[in-house]
Amino acid sequence: MLELRDITFSVESEKGEKTILKNVNLTIDDRKFVAITGPNGGGKSTLAKIIVGIEKPTSGKIFFNGVDITDKSITERAQMGISFAFQQPVRFKGIKVKDLLKLAAGGKMSVSGACDYLSEVGLCARDYINRDVDGSLSGGELKRIEIATIIARDTELSVFDEPEAGIDLWSFNNLIKVFEKMHSKGDRSIIIISHQERILNIADEIIVVSAGNIDAVGKKDDILPELLKGTEGCKFYKKAEAVTASTDK
Amino acid sequence: MDDIQKILLEQVADLHEVPAGAYNIRANGGMAGRNTTANIDIVTKEDKPGIDIYIKPGTKKESLHIPVIISESGIKETVYNDFHIGDDCDVTIIAGCGIHNGGKDDSEHSGIHSFFVGKNSKVKYVEKHYGRGEGTGERIMNPTTYVEVGENSYVEMETAQIKGIDSTDRLTEAKLCDGAKLVVSEKLMTHGKQYAKTTFNVDLDGVGSSANVVSRSVAKEDSRQLFISKINGNNKCAGHTECDAIIMDDAKISAVPEITANHLEAELIHEAAIGKIAGEQIIKLMTLGLTEEEAEAEIVNGFLK
Repeated sequence: MLELRDITFSVESEKGEKTILKNVNLTIDDRKFVAITGPNGGGKSTLAKIIVGIEKPTSGKIFFNGVDITDKSITERAQMGISFAFQQPVRFKGIKVKDLLKLAAGGKMSVSGACDYLSEVGLCARDYINRDVDGSLSGGELKRIEIATIIARDTELSVFDEPEAGIDLWSFNNLIKVFEKMHSKGDRSIIIISHQERILNIADEIIVVSAGNIDAVGKKDDILPELLKGTEGCKFYKKAEAVTASTDK
Repeated sequence: MDDIQKILLEQVADLHEVPAGAYNIRANGGMAGRNTTANIDIVTKEDKPGIDIYIKPGTKKESLHIPVIISESGIKETVYNDFHIGDDCDVTIIAGCGIHNGGKDDSEHSGIHSFFVGKNSKVKYVEKHYGRGEGTGERIMNPTTYVEVGENSYVEMETAQIKGIDSTDRLTEAKLCDGAKLVVSEKLMTHGKQYAKTTFNVDLDGVGSSANVVSRSVAKEDSRQLFISKINGNNKCAGHTECDAIIMDDAKISAVPEITANHLEAELIHEAAIGKIAGEQIIKLMTLGLTEEEAEAEIVNGFLK
């Protein structure tokens, strides 16, 4: 389905060239649900942007269903069957929720169709369908509409960049169901960048990206325990904890 | 009425045939049709070109269409239309001007509209300007609108100039009495070497009067726009003016909001923003499969919708 071959991505910064991704090799098989996780600033979002064409790799090749898409535009990749849910959804003045969903569905969609997509992400369609996708919507609402556009696109590969960010607990439960439903269709591949254990739990495979490298790839049972070890806190936090504990005595 | 005139009429007034209710259609400087009703009378002015429109007090749910179409090259006219709207009315007025210029001479229409709105009335005024034609002559429109909003009356004005007018200089002046409210929504798009100037001058004279003047515009290619909005708070009142513009290509846009408080209880706000289309908006629509050009068109159309 998707293969990244020796992908490197560097940017110019004040301190000279900075490498965000270093010789990344990765294969996502057909019908796989893959979660990408790792520390902030490790290169996860850049990896997603390189897959969908928003960023061009400095070197390396990307193949989608055997076709070299390295030089293909965002539009071409979208038309080939790649979708992308932004970490921070974009706002538009004057474009209504139903307009955006219609564009996502390829220009043809009934009002009831739009309602179905909104219901799937837990939004009451009647309240939202004619609203502008602008600052009048909360971050969580925008996020859910963003996910609805991906459902409406229904492409072979969907890439989500931290879909859980800004979403409340109730919606998060629904979100998990959305991904489970997409996955259960069986003929779609999903890549989700996430820090949420519950999302990592439902993934077929977890990829850990850190400092521009792929640190680990594997099943959740192998990867999760290792990952959670790293959450025991930093040495300063431990020191503070020790001080608090001694004061309490 | 020929095909070109029918197209113009459809563009400026959404009319496919003769409208229901009162109407006055002006074509190439003369009257092309008129209908009056029991409540709405239309009388031709004798001292200058134009009409007087009398809407009886208590007229509810009636509409008036007054489109102007120019399909001959070289016509230049100034037309005076006065609207006398009684108390307790609820009416919709659809104006608009379409120019087709297929020749080398400039065609120009200057509509001077004056509204005298009584007490407790509700008036919706919709105006569209549209130009077309392959001729080298310019299509020029310079509308002036003067509005007096009576006590506790509400006037809503929607104006749009989306295509084909080479030059426009629009002036809107309003005076509001106690409890009166004015809402103006202007949509403007310029392209090529077009020039558009819009001036609003609103006097909030009455206690509890309010005005909201909002302009959304897109300037493409080498076009230029100047937006001036002045609100004077002369009493306890609320005023808001906003200009939101998208700049593209080599266009130039100026926004000059001006608010003046002449009373301690006047609350006035102005906002103005000019910027190009956000790159991330285009990228988002491209990830939905649109090309860059399609994405841009979609964003502009939505913005001006």
